[in-house]
Amino acid sequence: MSADAILIRGVRTFDGGVTDLLLRDGVIAERGTGLAADDAAVIEADSLIALPGFVDLHTHLREPGGEGAETVLTGSRAAAAGGYTAVHAMANTNPVADTAGVVEQVLAAGEAAGYVTVQPIGAITKGQAGEALADIGSMATSRAKVRIFSDDGICVSDSLVMRRAMEYVKTFDGVIAQHAQDPRLTLGAQLNEGPVSAELGLAGWPAVAEESIIARDIMLAELTGARYHACHVSTAGSVELIRQAKAKGLPVTAEVTPHHLILTDELARGYNPFFKVNPPLRSAKDVEAVRAALADGTIDIVATDHAPHKAEMKCCEWDQAAMGMVGLESALAVVQTAMVETGLLDWAGVARVMSQAPARISGLVGHGGSLQLGEAANLTLVDPAAEREFTTDELQGKGRNSPYLGRTVRGAVVTTIHHGIVTLRDGILTDPDTVAAQARQRRAQEAR
Amino acid sequence: MKHLLSTKDLSREAAIAILDTAEAMADTQEREVKKLPTLRGKTVVNLFYEDSTRTRISFEVAAKRLSADVINFSAKGSSVSKGESLEDTAKTLAAMGADGVVIRHSSSGAAERLATSGWIDAAVVNAGDGTHEHPTQALLDAFTMRKRLHGDASRGKGLDGVRVLIVGDILHSRVARSNLWLLTTLGAEVAFVGPATLIPSYIQDWPVTVYYDFDEALATHPDVVMMLRIQAERMHAAYFPNTREYGRGWGLGLDRFRRLSERTLIMHPGPMNRGLEICSEAADSPQSTVTEQVANGVAIRMAVLYLTVAGVAADQTSEVTA
Repeated sequence: MSADAILIRGVRTFDGGVTDLLLRDGVIAERGTGLAADDAAVIEADSLIALPGFVDLHTHLREPGGEGAETVLTGSRAAAAGGYTAVHAMANTNPVADTAGVVEQVLAAGEAAGYVTVQPIGAITKGQAGEALADIGSMATSRAKVRIFSDDGICVSDSLVMRRAMEYVKTFDGVIAQHAQDPRLTLGAQLNEGPVSAELGLAGWPAVAEESIIARDIMLAELTGARYHACHVSTAGSVELIRQAKAKGLPVTAEVTPHHLILTDELARGYNPFFKVNPPLRSAKDVEAVRAALADGTIDIVATDHAPHKAEMKCCEWDQAAMGMVGLESALAVVQTAMVETGLLDWAGVARVMSQAPARISGLVGHGGSLQLGEAANLTLVDPAAEREFTTDELQGKGRNSPYLGRTVRGAVVTTIHHGIVTLRDGILTDPDTVAAQARQRRAQEAR
Repeated sequence: MKHLLSTKDLSREAAIAILDTAEAMADTQEREVKKLPTLRGKTVVNLFYEDSTRTRISFEVAAKRLSADVINFSAKGSSVSKGESLEDTAKTLAAMGADGVVIRHSSSGAAERLATSGWIDAAVVNAGDGTHEHPTQALLDAFTMRKRLHGDASRGKGLDGVRVLIVGDILHSRVARSNLWLLTTLGAEVAFVGPATLIPSYIQDWPVTVYYDFDEALATHPDVVMMLRIQAERMHAAYFPNTREYGRGWGLGLDRFRRLSERTLIMHPGPMNRGLEICSEAADSPQSTVTEQVANGVAIRMAVLYLTVAGVAADQTSEVTA
C-alpha cells in the first residue's frame, strides 16, 4: 500500500508558493502545477499549508515501564495527530534507556507502529543516577544510532560528570541535552518562584536554578568543544545566556516548549495540577523573552516535552501531582497562536523551528526537508483558519493532562504523511493495522 | 457564604459580618445552656490530614454547640502512594451526606481543590492548607484585636489604623498570609519582621512593610505584636544558624517585652515555644491575648460554620442567635 501514489493539489507551501505534490514510493516524485496521476489518491488542499513533517526532539513515550500513561504506539498516534513525522523518545523510562538493548527495543516498537519515526534518546548516566556514564558508545553504535543523550527529568548537576559526558560524546558528534535544574535550589519546588508562588504558599522554583546550570554548561561546552542542547528553556535569563554563547560561536542549541510560549504561572491560581510542569510555567516577562528568542533564532526549536500521566497523578493536591503536560496534539495550534498570529514567525519560520532545525540538531535523515523533489515524503498539511475550542476529542494519546482544554486556539493539523504513508487524513488517524502493514511493506522494500 | 477558603477574597463587609456573627455567638456562650439548635440535623466532618489537636477540638466544639453531628476523620498521609486520594475521600464523604467539611491539609490549595473540583457539594471550610492560608485563625485574631480595642462596642467596626507587627517565619506561615489579607481589608497596617531567609521573595506588591531588624520594627510602636511559632527543624534547612541566635534576633525576650508599651497587645496563634520566640513573662502578661484567642476561636468557628453550612448570606445574620 505504501507504493500508492498521493497527489496533493493546490497546496500553499510554507515558503509562499502554490503547487501540486505527487508522492510516490515514499518520496516527493513530482512538484509543479497541473500534475496528474491516474493511480494517485487525490488530496484537494487549496486551503491548506504544506510543511515538512514536524520533528519533536523531546517526547516522553513512557515505554518501557510506564505503559499505563503512554506506549510507543499511543504516543506515535498522538504525534501523527499533531503533524509529527518523527519524535525523539526520552530516556527516563523504566528501565532507563541507558543500554543498547533498551534503545533498540524502543526503536523496534516505533518501527512496528509506523506512525512516526521514533528516534530514541539515550541516558547520559547509568540509571539517570548522575554518577557513572551510561553505555553511551553502545547506544551510539546500536541499530538505534543514538546521537542525543539526556537525563531529562533529572539534571546532571555534577560538574565533573557533565564534563566527561560532553567530552565522551564528541567521539561521534553526539549532543548532550541538559535538563537544567539545580537540585538544591529547587528542593521541593512546586511553582515558578515569584509573586504567585509567594501568595499561593507553594515552594518556589527560582529562575536562577535553571540559569546557573545553563551558564556552567555553556562554559563546559566552550572548554570541551562538545555540542550542548538546553532542553525546555523557560526564563529570560536563560535566553540571555544562550544569546551570549551563540554570539561567541559556541556549539549551543536550545528548545522551548509550546506551553512556555503561551502559559504563565498565573494559571496556578486554583491549584489545578494540569498546570504543574517542570520547568514550571513562568511570568509574562519570561513568555515574552522566549517568544522573541524563538523568533530571532536564539532558541532554535520548539520541542513539546509531551508528558502524559495517568489521571490519578493529576486529580489530586497540587504538591502531590506529577509534573508534565501532553503537548504533541496541540503544538501546532499553540505555535500558530503564540508565534504566527502575533507576527513573530511566518510559516517558513514554523517549518524551521518545528521540523528543519530539530532534524538538523538530531542528524535525522529524511526529515526536516523543504518539500523539494526527491525528498522523503514526510509532510504535514495545516489548516491555518481552523479556530475552535480545544477539547479532549483532539487528544489521541493516553494522556488527558492538557493545559489547553477549553481554550480557543487557531490552526489545525489536517493531514500527516510519514514516508509516504498517510497517518492522518482530514483530522482522522489511519487505523493502527493499516499503518503497521504499510510500514512493514516499506521496510521490506527498503531492505531489497 | 458557600465556603471559607481564604481571607484574600473576603470583602470588608463580609469580614465584618463574620466578626459580628461571632460576637453574637460569643454572647450565647455566656448563657447557662450553651447549645444552639442552628445546625440540628446537619453533619459536619472534620477532615484532618495533619495533626492539630487544638484546631480540631475548636471546630468540634463549635459544631457541637450548633447542634451539628460531628464526625472526625483523621486521614494522615494522603496521596496516591500512601492511601486513598482526596478525590475518593471527598466522594465518600459526599455519599455519606456531609453538609460541611472542615479540612486541614499539608498541601497548599487542598481546601480549594476540595471545594471546586466537583467531588463534593458540601460547604468547605479551610482549617489550614500547607503554607497558604488559615482563614479562621486570622478571623479569630482580628476578632480578638477588635474586642480588646473596642470592647462591647465592637460590632460593625473594622480595624482602621491599627498597626500590627507579625514576627518570625513568614515564609512558611499560613497564619501570616491570612492575617495580612484580612487585617489589611479591615483597615489595619501590617508589617512583617524576621530573618530574610524566612520572608518570602517577590512580595513587593503586598500591602506590607518588611523589616529584618526586630528592634527597628518595635521602635515604630506597633499596636499589636503577633509572634509566630518557629519550627526548630528550620535550622536544619539553613534558615538560621541555631535557636539561640534566632531567639536573640527575633524572639520576644524579657528585654524587648519590657520596652513595649503596656497597651501593645501580644498575640500568638499557639502552640508557643516558650523561651524561644516568646518569654513566659510576655506570654502570661495582661497584654497577652493568647488564651482569649483560643476562646474566641470557638465563637469564630461557630460563626463560620453557621454561615457556610447553613448557607446564610454574610449580610443576613442578624437573627442567628435569637
